[in-house]
Amino acid sequence: MSIELKQVSELIWEIPKSGDMLVPGRIYADKDLIKHLVDDVNRGKEWNALVQIRNVACLPGIQKASLAMADIHPGYGFAIGAIGAFDTETGIISVAGVGFDCNCGVRTLKTQLTRDDIKGKEEDLANELFRTVPAGIGSEGEIKSSLAQIDEILIKGAKYAVELGFGWQEDLTFTEEEGCVKGADPKTVSREAKERGFNQVGTLGSGNHYLEVQCVEEIFDEKAAQVFGLFKGQLLVSIHCGSRALGHQIGTDYLKTLESASRKYNIPIRERELVCAPFKSEEGQRYFKAINCGINAAFANRQAIAHLTRKAFHSALGVDEKTIRTLYDIGHNTAKLEKHKVDNKEKALIVHRKGATRAFGPGRPEVPAAYKSVGQPVLVGGTMGTCSYILHGTEKGMEEVFGTSVHGAGRVSSREAAKKRWRGKDLVDQLKGRGIIIKGHSLSGVAEEAPGAYKDVTQVVDVVHNAGIAKKVAMSVPLISVKG
Amino acid sequence: MPYEFLEHEADIGIRAWDKTLEKAFAQGGKALFDIMVDIKKVKKVSSVDISCEARDIPALFVEWLNKLLTEADIKKMVFRDFKIKSIEPFGYDLYRLEGIASGEKLDPKRHMIKTEAKAATYFGLKYEFKDGNHYLQCVVDI
Repeated sequence: MSIELKQVSELIWEIPKSGDMLVPGRIYADKDLIKHLVDDVNRGKEWNALVQIRNVACLPGIQKASLAMADIHPGYGFAIGAIGAFDTETGIISVAGVGFDCNCGVRTLKTQLTRDDIKGKEEDLANELFRTVPAGIGSEGEIKSSLAQIDEILIKGAKYAVELGFGWQEDLTFTEEEGCVKGADPKTVSREAKERGFNQVGTLGSGNHYLEVQCVEEIFDEKAAQVFGLFKGQLLVSIHCGSRALGHQIGTDYLKTLESASRKYNIPIRERELVCAPFKSEEGQRYFKAINCGINAAFANRQAIAHLTRKAFHSALGVDEKTIRTLYDIGHNTAKLEKHKVDNKEKALIVHRKGATRAFGPGRPEVPAAYKSVGQPVLVGGTMGTCSYILHGTEKGMEEVFGTSVHGAGRVSSREAAKKRWRGKDLVDQLKGRGIIIKGHSLSGVAEEAPGAYKDVTQVVDVVHNAGIAKKVAMSVPLISVKG
Repeated sequence: MPYEFLEHEADIGIRAWDKTLEKAFAQGGKALFDIMVDIKKVKKVSSVDISCEARDIPALFVEWLNKLLTEADIKKMVFRDFKIKSIEPFGYDLYRLEGIASGEKLDPKRHMIKTEAKAATYFGLKYEFKDGNHYLQCVVDI
């Protein structure tokens, strides 16, 4: 196996168009990050990201390039950190381009507290958050829903959670799509999916999901930080989770639908997980409506968790819940209808972002009015032992990568390898020594998420910053991490 | 060792095998729940009938695993024991599986929960008969 790779500029690499590829592959990475991907191919590793980028470049209707961000690593079908934008007339929609955890994403809350305000009370706060926010396998959430209520969640998203008293209108203003994407039709979601969603609204899940209390350690752009309401020393809360089992079941159900559709419409498939349907077909439209339901379920989920977080801060520290405000809420596993310039013409595209964050630049109508001068906040999660970044979208990002950025550090070690190398208890103790409290339901889950299993988040963020497709605003370090 | 886990950065690959296809499917079920809990700690208290269909044997394997995830989730159970009653051609171009999964209500503390499996995928999907064993393989989204 070999894959041709050309360096286009310092931070852009290209897999030239060849064979069945309709567009080139394009990766944003530095030399070190790209070496890791090339080594995988040279070692003959069957599951590697470069082959996945090349396979996506062969899918009908793809525009500009099969794109990948610096946090790219092997996924299923699409790599994680991949972007595939397809013409709505001639292009396709694919489960593998969204992922099973539809609209998995990050919400960041900003407090008016500093590190000193919680000195000596860190353990109390950690325990209260751990007790209040349900996490781990089998956990059940605050909102117990009937079938009819589930439909309301799927249609209204975070708006429904706010109607129930879980938060305020301002939360919606600072949520992507105002917490409610249009075009969600609950009839396209199976009964099984709804039944699985009944008790899980307001739960974190497990794997790489977390709730973190962080402290802003560095500001890179004072003006943008001011617009976002960030300051050095400020405590933030980041919530990373998605649409839970309801979203997983939507993916499972439509994988089957799209497999039949691929045969029905004669779409050449290079790898079975890449099954897809023409976006305009009946099957494609049904899946799109179901995705929108999944997106709304995830918005509602993070809204409910934000509410629980406020309650925990209030009971542990006596903080006024109203002072904990939403900075932004954004998904990184989505397919969205967006308008972008391709060959100088504005086109309607269905943009798949699989482990990639939307990063719209200044002036775009989707960006909240208060942030319009700067561009939307881009929330990049690190690991429990490193740091997280807040960036803003740029015009250059709109032109080059459909307004997209990295979403996290990106894994380098498998979960199996991580469990062999690290022990959950040792990690908890080591991090405690560095002033980071870990509260997890599963020690093996903690080991799988060891900071050493990930790429260096700073290196990954520097790629997008230096390439100019998103710019650094602030960096925060973890103080408390609640894991599933 | 009738199943093993395969290295994948973000997710996890499972490979299950046994002398008969039915037993290999059962091993796949064990591998799936071994991702989530310590299956040795799960008791056999009640059983759930599982049936599913797919166009070919590899897709039937994914379907079987996903059906198990769905049933466990809806019934708030974990499974430890699996029996495949039949895998037979069905209708015009399908295979049908009839099986039973046994286990009990999930108890996060006693079952030593690990990581949640979101779904079985078609990625890395493989079915082969080699040296007297049926091998089934796919990647599970974590």
